[in-house]
This record gives sequence, C-alpha cells and structure tokens, in this order.
Amino acid sequence: MGMWLFLFTELLLFGGLFLLYSVYRFTYADQFHLAAKELNTIVGAFNTAVLLTSSLTMALSIVAIQRNQKLLSIVLQLITILLALFFMVNKYFEWTAKFHHGIYPGSEELLSKQPGEILFFGLYYVMTGLHGLHVLVGMVLIAVMARMTQQGTITHDNYVRLENTGLYWHLVDIIWIFLFPLFYLIT
Amino acid sequence: MEEKENKVSNSHSYSIYILVWLALMILTTVTVAVAGMDIGRFTVATALIIASIKAFLVLSIFMHLRNEGKTFIIFVIVALFFLGISFVLLFSDYSLQAGL
Amino acid sequence: MSSVAVATGSNGHEPSYLDYKGKHSGILGWILSTDHKRIGLLYLCALSVFFLVGVTFGFLMRLELISPGRTIMDPQTYNSIFTLHGVIMIFLFVVPGLPAVFGNFVLPILIGAKDVAFPRINLLSWYLYMLGGLLAVISILLPGGPADTGWTFYIPYAVRTNTNVMLALLAAFTLGFSSILTGLNFVTTVHRLRAPGMSWFKMPLSVWSLYATAWVQILATPIIGITLLLVAVERLLGVGIFDPALGGDPVLYQHLFWIYSHPAVYIMILPAMGVVSEIIPVFARRTIFGYKFIAFSSIAIALFGSLVWAHHMFTAGMSNTSQFLFSLLTMLVAIPSAIKVFNWIATLYKGSIELATPMLFVLAFIFLFSIGGLTGVMQGILSVDIQVHDTSFIVAHFHYVMFGGTGFGFFAALHYWFPKMFGRMYNRKLAKIYFWLLFIGFNILYFPMFIMGWLGMPRRYYDYLPEFYSYHFISTIGSWILVAGIILMVYNIFKSVFKGKIITDKNPWGGETLEWRIDTPPIHENFTEIPVVETDPYQYKMNEIEAEKAGSN
Repeated sequence: MGMWLFLFTELLLFGGLFLLYSVYRFTYADQFHLAAKELNTIVGAFNTAVLLTSSLTMALSIVAIQRNQKLLSIVLQLITILLALFFMVNKYFEWTAKFHHGIYPGSEELLSKQPGEILFFGLYYVMTGLHGLHVLVGMVLIAVMARMTQQGTITHDNYVRLENTGLYWHLVDIIWIFLFPLFYLIT
Repeated sequence: MEEKENKVSNSHSYSIYILVWLALMILTTVTVAVAGMDIGRFTVATALIIASIKAFLVLSIFMHLRNEGKTFIIFVIVALFFLGISFVLLFSDYSLQAGL
Repeated sequence: MSSVAVATGSNGHEPSYLDYKGKHSGILGWILSTDHKRIGLLYLCALSVFFLVGVTFGFLMRLELISPGRTIMDPQTYNSIFTLHGVIMIFLFVVPGLPAVFGNFVLPILIGAKDVAFPRINLLSWYLYMLGGLLAVISILLPGGPADTGWTFYIPYAVRTNTNVMLALLAAFTLGFSSILTGLNFVTTVHRLRAPGMSWFKMPLSVWSLYATAWVQILATPIIGITLLLVAVERLLGVGIFDPALGGDPVLYQHLFWIYSHPAVYIMILPAMGVVSEIIPVFARRTIFGYKFIAFSSIAIALFGSLVWAHHMFTAGMSNTSQFLFSLLTMLVAIPSAIKVFNWIATLYKGSIELATPMLFVLAFIFLFSIGGLTGVMQGILSVDIQVHDTSFIVAHFHYVMFGGTGFGFFAALHYWFPKMFGRMYNRKLAKIYFWLLFIGFNILYFPMFIMGWLGMPRRYYDYLPEFYSYHFISTIGSWILVAGIILMVYNIFKSVFKGKIITDKNPWGGETLEWRIDTPPIHENFTEIPVVETDPYQYKMNEIEAEKAGSN
C-alpha cells in the first residue's frame, strides 16, 4: 500500500507540470505547434516503444520469480535496465542535438522566439528532464533488485520489493505515455 | 496462504503480459498515425484518449490493479479526481479569460 | 464497567518507552529510534525550538509596528522577518505540528497497534524535518540575507531578489517531503494496523481527522513541491515558466502555489479538530454527539478544501467567471466545519463539565476558531474580499484559525497527553494562569487587526498612517501579554518533564480511549497484548447507565 501512496505523490508531482502544459498549450496553441516541429517524432515513438517493452520485461521478471525461475527473473531485470539505458542514450542525443541548434534555457536563439515557443521548450526540458531523472533512479533501483534476487533476498515467496519496484517503473512508463503525444505529436 | 495462491494464479502466466504489450505497441502506432491526419479540434482529445487507454492497460494488468482489492481502486480514483478537479477549476480561469 | 475486552495487565517488569534499552543507548537510542513515541518527542523538542524562534520574529515585528516609521529595524529587515515568521510558523510548526508530535505518539495506541506501518520511514520523516529546519536557519545566516519575498514566494519578485531564496525553497521542499512521508505512513497504518474489532466507526475521532489530513498531505504537497522546484529552476537556469518576459504567467504561479497551500490549511486545522473531539467527551463526561457526522465532516473538509484555492487570488487578475465560481465553492467549505462546531457544543449540553486545562484550551479553540472561520466566510464573499484582501483583516483571520485554532489545539493536546507521555503532571494552577494570559493576550493582539484591516491598513507594511496608531499600539501590548503566557507555558512544560509530580495512574483524566488503558508512560510496544475492541469510543453515558443497572440488580 505504501508504494501505491508514494506513486500518487509522483502522479501529482508530474500532474502539476501537466497542468502548466495544458494552460500554456491552450493559450499558445499555434506557437506550440510551431515549436514541436523541432522534435523528431520517429525518435520519440521509438523511445516510447523501448520504454513500453521495458515495462513488459519488468512485469515478466515478477512472473519469473513467482515461478521460482531465478535466473530468468534476473535476466529480465537486466534487460529492463538495458532498455532504460537505451532510452536515456536516445534522450541524450535528442537534447544535445537541440543544444547544438542553440535551443536551451536562456539561450539567445531561444529567447528570440515567440513566447509560446519559449514556454514549449522550457516545459520540454523540465518535464523530460524530471522524467529522465526518474528513469535513472529506476535503473538504480532495478539494479539493486537484481542483486537481491541473485543473493536470494528476493525469492518466490518474498518478492514484495521487486513488485514495488515494478510499480514504480510502470508509473515512469505511464508518465512517458502521456509526455510522448503532448510533445511529439502536435504537428 | 489462500490469498497468496489466488494472487499467484492470477498473474502466473507470461502470455497476458505479452498480449498487453502487443496492444500497447499497436496503440502507439495508431496514435502516431492519427497525429499525421488533420482532424482539427479533436487532435488533443484523440491523443489523450489513446494515451489513457494505454495507461489503463499498464495500470490494471502490469501493475496488477485489477487483482487488488476495492480499496486500491478507490485510492486511484481519489488521486485522479484530485488531479482532475484541479484541471477543471484551473481552466475556469483560463478558458474564460474573454469574460474579463 | 465497560465491556471492552482489553488484556493490558499492569506491568511491573517492563520498562517504559523512556527507559527502554534497545540496540543503542544514550542519545543514539533516541535519534536512531524507530519507536513512534520517541519520534513524537523528538519532533516535540525540535518543534518547540522552531516555534519559539517564530514567536520571537513575531514579537519583533509587533515591536517595530508599535509606532509608525522606523522603530527598531529598517524596511529590508522587516521584510525578511515577516518572511521568516511565516516560513517557520507554517512549514516548521503549524503544518507538521499536531500530526508529527501527537499523531505519531498517539495514533498507533488509539487503534491498538504497536507502532506505525513504516517505523523507519517515520524516522526518516524526522530527519527530513530537521534538514529542512537546518536549511531554513542557514538561509538566514548566509550572506545574501534571508528571503524577503513573504512565505508565498510570488513571482516575479522571488526570481529577481538577491536574497537566499534558493535555500528557503530547498528547505520548504524538504519539509514537504517529510510531510508526505508522514501522511503515507498514517494512511497505511489506519488501513492495515487496526486492532481486531476496531472497525472504521469504532475508531476515535482524532484518528478520522489524522486520516483525512494524511490524504491531503499525500495528494496536495507534491504540487507545491513541483512549484517550488520550478521557481528554483527559473532562478538557476532561466527557464521562464512563470516569467512574463518569457511568455509565462505569474498568476499561474499563484494558482499552482495555492492548489497546495489552501488544502495545507486543512492539514493544519483537521488534526486540531480531532483533538477537540477527543477532549470534549472526557471533560463533559458525555459521549460525543453525532459521531458519524464528525467523522464524515473530516473527509468532507479535506474534499471541499481542495476546490477553493483561488479565493486567495481574487485581486490577482482572474477572470470574472473564475472569481464567481471560487467564491461560491468557498461558501461550501464552511459547512462541514460548522457541523463539527454544532456537534461539539451539543456534546457539552447537559454534560458534567470539568474545566481542567485541556478543556480550557478546547473551549478557547471553539471560540477562536468560530471567529476565524466566520471571518473566513466573510472573506470568501467576493465583494468583501476585494476590499479586505492584503489588509490586516486577513492577518487577523488566519491567526485566529491557525493560532487560535491549531495553536490552541496543539496546547490542548500537550496538556492532555502530557501525563501519559512523561508519567508526570505539570503544575495545573500555573497552567490555568497562563491559559488566561494566552487567551486574553491573543484577543488583544489580533482583534484590533480586524478593525484596522477593515479600515484599510495593509498587511506586510513596514510603515503606516497615523490613523492606525492606536490599533497597532493595543495590538503590540497584546503581543506582550501573549508572550508572557508562552514563556510561562514553556517553563511549566519544560520543568515538569524533568521535575513534575510523578504519576503512575493509567487514566488520570478518566478517558475512554485505548491510550488510557495502558501503562503511564507506555511500554515500548504499547500493549502487553493487542486488545480486542468491542465497543464504541466515548462510552460515558453508556457506562453510567450500565453501572446504574448493575447497582440496582
């Protein structure tokens, strides 16, 4: 129960950002469309697929440990981490590409744009940045779980920790499920 | 003991997760395709509806919400309600600015 | 007697939680303890210090305002002092206060549990609280000076000022996290750890209040978390989410800020109302009137309280429709609070009233909270608020509810549970003296603010027109009387913790809830055996009737 309650706080944390996004999108609809052209829909969609798959491997790792298939569970957890890493690497390239084009908070290039565009990118960096931070934390948590599974602390009749980590990971996925269309699919 | 056995048997198979994953992939493709089409005012609504379906699948199957008791479902509804009502009331200030 | 089957035999062998020797001893045994009772006391110590610092700032403010123009400080200092007074009082005293001290100490016992659901997270909450307090203190001391934005950190000033806003933001964020973890702990505890037989409607009403509070802590606090984070990001990286120069909307900041900060005031008041519901039956020797109404009203207050935030922003530049809507919703939120007040008073009716100190504080609460609450409804009326917003009227209102309400509720809880917590009694005669000093001083300090606010005296103003002079003068005198009461109270409590008359009586007040059936002070695990609950709490009248029947048989 504790983990679910914690997830609600995460939901509301990002919720606040979505509140901001929705007000500004409503106010600056056209400028948001314009700014969104800078984002690459293919990369975004690909990252979405990667993260959804990592949710799958996470869920499967729990089934595996329930069935006492320890090695399979560990492998699935490690694959989840790898997929998350892949996601972060893509993110890194996306961000650096933008920096290269001079689009970053406080840059001259950005400040010369219209207000709606500036807001779009401000929200983009904050929301995907905060999300990325959560992905990193998730990777660390899953790594710890993998170690615990290997050590026998997590077993087929004591896997609450893994379940809770799974819940956290799925929420990170859900947040991206909403981030993706709102940033990448408004062209 | 019995409760745990029930829980295990509910999530014992790999297949349901793989099926849901397939559904998620398909929905992602759909949402990208729809975004390319020009449906004017319905763009945001469609994208959000598809995203909500995906989120619902992750919530109920991956996160086992459908296996948990009524309490958890009420919890989720309460949390979503708080977020939702904030949206609605906030927009009373922004969508009606013209009424200033 | 009552028919609660309780198996808490008097235990001569087991040490109390104060003497308990766990893995660590000495001071480590306290700051590494996961015992909810010790954690409650740790909070009490820290809270008292911060409260006194906050009082000192308030005292200095009133000293400055005793006459127009400069009295003891320059305007910049004044701005920082009222900011710190607000930040410390709100984030370090009123919001954490009752849940962290008394919720922690008493909640598990009230539901028949050995501890909270997550004892280590409970300790973490305290560490975060201390860290937040430390950061706030550092923000005062470092060059740059303490923040001067007001506790509300409004944009754009909060982004432009060169004072230590970042540290203050970080402090508030950390304290918010502490609050969230406490809320999470309490919800889980109430759901999972109730003793056998304790259904939801057999729980004491203070548990209902703490439960509703915990939900608000969980759901509302993250919103201010993200808002403060965004201000920090705006200061640090120039991401102009709220900056009008970058297309942002400063009113949107206010919306986000108040989406938390209004529910926050219900985090502040609900536990205090719970304490009132707890104490009145004991000192009126009557069962509470309208148990279910009071229980549901706690939930209703939490619910409605999340619908009204923009009544803090009527003059900020909102749309007409929005103003109208929020004014209407604000009228609704008074209803469940009023229901509670009516039920409390109905409980007093034909009761056998004992004016012990806890009862005095509770009666004062009802009086002061009613004034505060009613003036709140006045402010909720749009046309009135346009007139009184940002005047002393508002300052008087919120001090009546937060101090007269939560503050006096806190003092009531302190004087009620003190014997159980420490196994000693405070000087009860002295307590009545400072009660009156506090009550009289409070009203002399704050009531004039209603009047001068109505007449146009702005808040957060360092200087003022001569026509307000007599009000300010009277108000400052009131602050001296109040502070005298506070000093005496601190002395009495502090002295009695160490030198008060020792009591071993499990039930010095004649209460009917579970904490009065266990040892004074409690043993480490509270109960020697988890009780099986069979009756409702507050069974006074019932017990009398049963005793009569037994006597006549």
